[in-house]
Amino acid sequence: MTAVEVNHLYKSYADVTAVNDLTFSVDPGEILGLIGPNGAGKSSTIKIILDFMKPDSGEVKIFGQQMNEALKDQIGYLPEERGLYKRLTAIDLILYLASLKGMDKATAEKKANILLEQTGMLESKKKKNKEMSKGMGQLIQFIVTVIHDPELIILDEPFAGLDPVRTETIQNIIGNLRDEGKAIILSTHQMNKVEELCDRVLMINKGHTVLYGDLMETRAKFRRNSVQVVTDGELVDLPGVIDRKLNNGSVELFLAPDTTPQTILDQLRERGITIHRFEVTTPSLNEIFLNLAGVDHE
Amino acid sequence: MNKTYLIFKLEFLQTIKKVGFIVLTFIVPVLALLAIGVFELVTTLTEPSVKEVTTVGYVDEVGIFSDQTDQGLIKLIPFASREDATRALVRRDVSEYIVIPSDYIFSRTIQRYTLAKELITPAITANLIESFLTWNLLKDNVSPEIITSIVFPLNLEVTRLNENGDIAQEQGNIGNIIIPAMFSLLLSLALMLGTNSLISGLGEEKESRLIEVLLSSVSVRQLLIAKVLSLGTAGLLQVIVWLISAPLLLSLASSSFGGFLSDIQLPANFIVLGVVYFILGYLLFAVLSVTLGGISSSTTEAQSLSMFYIMMLFVPLWFFGVLVNFPNSPIWVVLSIFPVTAPVQIMLRLGASDIPAWQIMTSIGVLGLSIIVGLFFSIKIFRTFMLMYGKRPGLAEIIQGLKTA
Repeated sequence: MTAVEVNHLYKSYADVTAVNDLTFSVDPGEILGLIGPNGAGKSSTIKIILDFMKPDSGEVKIFGQQMNEALKDQIGYLPEERGLYKRLTAIDLILYLASLKGMDKATAEKKANILLEQTGMLESKKKKNKEMSKGMGQLIQFIVTVIHDPELIILDEPFAGLDPVRTETIQNIIGNLRDEGKAIILSTHQMNKVEELCDRVLMINKGHTVLYGDLMETRAKFRRNSVQVVTDGELVDLPGVIDRKLNNGSVELFLAPDTTPQTILDQLRERGITIHRFEVTTPSLNEIFLNLAGVDHE
Repeated sequence: MNKTYLIFKLEFLQTIKKVGFIVLTFIVPVLALLAIGVFELVTTLTEPSVKEVTTVGYVDEVGIFSDQTDQGLIKLIPFASREDATRALVRRDVSEYIVIPSDYIFSRTIQRYTLAKELITPAITANLIESFLTWNLLKDNVSPEIITSIVFPLNLEVTRLNENGDIAQEQGNIGNIIIPAMFSLLLSLALMLGTNSLISGLGEEKESRLIEVLLSSVSVRQLLIAKVLSLGTAGLLQVIVWLISAPLLLSLASSSFGGFLSDIQLPANFIVLGVVYFILGYLLFAVLSVTLGGISSSTTEAQSLSMFYIMMLFVPLWFFGVLVNFPNSPIWVVLSIFPVTAPVQIMLRLGASDIPAWQIMTSIGVLGLSIIVGLFFSIKIFRTFMLMYGKRPGLAEIIQGLKTA
């Protein structure tokens, strides 16, 4: 069954349309990357999915149902900006929020210890939250998000402010959760993380869907007819090459519409040029994002 | 386990662990005990073993003032001239002196001389002079008994009767208002602290987005009901602590401060109504606070806005003096029924006068209804505006939000 199904969603505030005819779905066992510039409507979309606010029109179904109290126990949510009850210890906060997800104390404690160990936080579990660094607090919140083994996980900028080691830890756990069949929505500005983790991507701008589909197919769709090469010899007078551009030691050769990369590779071989690198140019998600969103992003 | 109970439990424990709550709940009775102890100690240390006699000089230029110079602990000593009296005053042989001038019978003016800096003449001195003059003016024409009656004409004994004409169990006594007044003050402080505590807790949850994590697990209704009930229960705990410690404090205070306090009678329904209004007051202020927390863009803004109803809470205390002198004014009825002022106003009135049953019933009814209706609207308002960070909705937006929620 589809984990999240969003159909023709609209939401506006005063004169601003935050979400404009948004339709997408998330299946179990996949990570959907939700990307877009600031103010694109990502947070509004997430808040409507979580039933924090009502849409002006459109429909959201979670596992085939309208949002209800029982469904909430199957959802894990990590908001973008994060805070904790300062006077509670890490373990007390985890157990409290786990109990609100319907977990009994013994099970929650056992699972908390496993996750604390995985994230390297076991020794800090009795620390009060006010004594923790921002990164430590974020790990605690991530644990809170997944401790009850939710079927749908919504993560809003889960890597923001984390050091590389903790980023990798969280990334591995997210990957494992996907492999276990959880449906995950990952909202982030870190395009490399979307490329590394996501199966599908939904890019929105000003509330509209700009791009939606399989990540590999999307990148292939935006592939330019060019190759990146690093060679020892001179690359002059190659038939089928209409332009060239130097890129950090490599040369990007732009091909004529009827020329294929194989044709260029064959020509280089025939000329006896030593080839160190030959790669069909595939645009990064970041390039696609900048191209489509048309704005700088953080 | 019920999610409302889980939130209630955490909120309640967090509330009662706050310094302000602990101080008000437990330290106030301890401070009262200490005050009684200090009073006793100071009284014991300063009480003279032999009662001192104060001497007041007088210069009689009329020539008829010679009787009643011994008035217990105050003795009047005659001087032949103002100069003699002044010398005695400077030597501190007398604490002060008065001059009865030769034209006193016509002018009725007495001159008083003292070394002390005073705003007005102490009443005890004025009474002494008055009785001394009256006695001597009448001594040759009227019997001593009549003179005493003229000097002390009134010893008013008031007895309150009940509807059957029998002596009422509860008699009037200015001291009877002390406990209700103290209770009202403590209630006001407790509600002010409780409001601040709830608003700052809610503000912390909103500003840290923890509210979103909570609402991904529970409904707005569960969250707000738990918060309101936790504050109400904290109030109940507070009043229980005070009620348990009150008899001990009263008994100690009575033995320390003398008969004045031992005559105090609490109104028969004071404890029951005290508990009822305390809890209802807490619930009402909790509802107001969560509503404000829902629409405010920051904790500071919510705390500033909460001053509107916190100030109203203190209105009955500002007019406490007027209540003592005019206990039957209609304004007290209005303040007893208006929900924000009702808890404190009813407590004060219980000490000052009788309150008709219909007023108490109406007051409790309006208060209870305000809490229920307020909670209903606060859930709607909170649901609509809780995620509008950094911007407070205007009144028109709130009304529109209520219509569409």
